[in-house]
Amino acid sequence: MSNGMMIHKYRHEGLNIVLDVNSGAVHVVDQPGWDIINLLEQGYKRNQIPRTLQGVYHQQEITEALEEIQTLMENDLLFSADYLEGYERAPEHVIKAMCFHMAHQCNMTCNYCFAGEGSFGGEKGLMSREVSFRGVDFIIQNSGLRKNCEIDFFGGEPLLNFKVIKETVDYARKKGREAGKEFKFTLTTNGLLLNQEVKDYLNEQGFSVVMSLDGRQKVNDRVRTMKNGSGSYDSLVPEYLSFVEGRNHQDYYLRGTYTAYNQDFFEDLKHLVKLGFKQISLEPVVAPSEAPYALREEHLPELYRQYEHIARYYLKLYGSENTFTFFHFTLDLSQGPCIKKRLAGCGAGTEYLAMSPQGHLYPCHQFVGKKEFLMGDVTQNLQYDRDLYQQFLRVDINRKEDCRTCWAKFYCGGGCHANAHQFNGDLYKPYTLGCRLEKKRLECALGIQAQLFLNHEQNASKEASREP
Amino acid sequence: MKHVKTINLPDLKSSLREGGCGECQTSCQSACKTSCTVGNQACQRESKDQKK
Ligand code: SF4
Ligand code: SF4
Repeated sequence: MSNGMMIHKYRHEGLNIVLDVNSGAVHVVDQPGWDIINLLEQGYKRNQIPRTLQGVYHQQEITEALEEIQTLMENDLLFSADYLEGYERAPEHVIKAMCFHMAHQCNMTCNYCFAGEGSFGGEKGLMSREVSFRGVDFIIQNSGLRKNCEIDFFGGEPLLNFKVIKETVDYARKKGREAGKEFKFTLTTNGLLLNQEVKDYLNEQGFSVVMSLDGRQKVNDRVRTMKNGSGSYDSLVPEYLSFVEGRNHQDYYLRGTYTAYNQDFFEDLKHLVKLGFKQISLEPVVAPSEAPYALREEHLPELYRQYEHIARYYLKLYGSENTFTFFHFTLDLSQGPCIKKRLAGCGAGTEYLAMSPQGHLYPCHQFVGKKEFLMGDVTQNLQYDRDLYQQFLRVDINRKEDCRTCWAKFYCGGGCHANAHQFNGDLYKPYTLGCRLEKKRLECALGIQAQLFLNHEQNASKEASREP
Repeated sequence: MKHVKTINLPDLKSSLREGGCGECQTSCQSACKTSCTVGNQACQRESKDQKK
């Protein structure tokens, strides 16, 4: 069987799960079904199967399972063909989202910061009002017919430049109205300046907020340190809690980083849930491999176990008052994003750019300061480098060897270009460690969906049997 | 079905024909800032249609 068909089979919590990559269909199969799919995958012909499995299962069982599998194949839900061969992303030249580096300085000194205490290896400084406004003009001019535009206020620590944030929001709303655009705002903050005035403002303006905290106090305070060397946990937790409760747990992520220091990060997740946070994202640290806290190949088995624990815990609390969202486990299998989005991946350099305090444009926040990726300068004009744009447009999942043959491609979207560049010096070579974690998270996420489906079905049949 | 339970009815292929409106959130903005996942992004068109 070829035609670019691809499946991924794995066992999760006692379930046999089969993902048909091209259609996106997910199946839970019993043992005969699993064995048959396995043989078909290996290239066995349908008519060879009854004989091959003779003595293992009853003939009738084999025939039944084969028929079911045949039906799925006829409906393009199993071993379905790759319909995207040769697909290329069209150059639309629509930039609709930007990350504004409001401050290349920080009021913390976290050990693992990829921004080098906020400066991104360059000069320290705050973004001026003029530059920020030009950034808004840039989006309006370059977002074509798109209505929804986004600005993420990022840093360093963006709240060091709160005044300009507020002015920018007003400006973007005004200019947006005139141009028929709707701006959505996000703020990524370390929380130290999250006082009542800031909280009220963020709520009034409907900001999505990403707040940093790594979990247990000792884990957090070891790496997320203040300028005087003390930890940040004690001052952050009460502020964060009052903030998220004040907005009914809407539109935020409590975002932690895990490192080699807390390979048991399930404990951190639990800790955050117990504190009362409901929207949580824990991410592997991005670090040069020689750093003491860097994650390495040999940590993987432990990290995998942590994701499994989180998946179990998620299901245990699901539907209770402590239900939580784990960013990488949220999946809508039937109505998720369109295929175009999945092929476009993160959109760095093609629909999303980052702007430094000086007004320099880069493909995304993690490329800021890397001279070879400089894409423009809003203080000069509202143009961007079309060659770099093309370069980023081309690196899609079809063109990267590892991605093309990867079962996770339609969920992952092709991984992080910045990681690929940092670790392999090549946009076309995804960062393997990141891939392996991504795949594990997806297996857990699909497993959760399968378990929820089965639970639901079970409850429904119980209900039905109760009816007279 | 007895041996196989299909848990979703995906619609990926038809979304290629319809072509994607591009109104959805950019994935890295939403939470992580260090990695990519598109599978968990919400579709704006869907939510718009539901609101109608
Ligand atoms: S997991 Fe890795 S190989 Fe697979 S699609 Fe993502 S980046 Fe590509
Ligand atoms: S390249 Fe990486 S960090 Fe940059 S937007 Fe894409 S996924 Fe995010």
